Amino acid sequence: MKYLIRTSWWKWLAISLLIYTVIGGLLFSVPRLPILNETIRVLHFHVPMWFGMIFLFTASFIQAIKHLKSGSMESDLISVQLAEVGLFFGMLGLLTGMLWANFTWGSPWSGDPKQNSAAISMLIYLAYFVLRGSISDEQMRGRISAVYNIFAFAALIPLLFILPRLADSLHPGNGGNPGFNTYDLDSRLRLVFYPAVLGWTLFGFWIATVKIRMSRIKKIREDV
Amino acid sequence: MFRTLLMMVMLFISAGIASAQDIEMADQFRADGKIYVVIGVILLLLIGLFIYLFRIERKVKKLEK
Repeated sequence: MKYLIRTSWWKWLAISLLIYTVIGGLLFSVPRLPILNETIRVLHFHVPMWFGMIFLFTASFIQAIKHLKSGSMESDLISVQLAEVGLFFGMLGLLTGMLWANFTWGSPWSGDPKQNSAAISMLIYLAYFVLRGSISDEQMRGRISAVYNIFAFAALIPLLFILPRLADSLHPGNGGNPGFNTYDLDSRLRLVFYPAVLGWTLFGFWIATVKIRMSRIKKIREDV
Repeated sequence: MFRTLLMMVMLFISAGIASAQDIEMADQFRADGKIYVVIGVILLLLIGLFIYLFRIERKVKKLEK
């Protein structure tokens, strides 16, 4: 995290990848699929939200462990901001998914296993902020919320990656199949999809670094 | 035997191509060049967002000092 705050080359990388995503995602040829039709292009915008969320939550989880190990309030501050941006990405993922589902699956919410478990994990992370808000002692808040963060992350992995695969799902790559095999993801889509994932993830971290710096200033002002 | 098999394979392939072409995509929309309008709008929005974020970052930097 500290390295990311100090440098800026990756911000330019994020900008160029996202510009490439918009141009390539809308212009390049895509497989002609029934029902999905032209909306397959949403793949480059909806799915990277979830990837971004996972990476942000992973970073938040690492910072939570760091905080528990060293008791550093800096790690606690970083962990919270990363979780906030991660939750925001997840919300965007849910909303974009509902809009997409309305036109392809027939309704915004069809109780799909992956939809349900994504909603549950959002609620788990929302509770993280409720928990933080309810403790006034700084040290205690940091310690308890870091422990909760670790549990939340431990619940996130089976909720998003294991449980939906055990059930039949409308999402591709579920119901026993590993995700993103050759059948699901065309090579033409990969050409934009992977850069899109990296671009959106870096964009999320960029927002997080700005938020971290802002909350640092806020903390210094409060301490004075 | 071989001939009928070949015929059937050819038939399946052509049927596959035909069905892929039947699926409705925004081909006319693209041919009209209107897709560039959409791309232009989204790019403007995105670049505006980047500039905004850079400006916020600059303000934060000033506050840090």
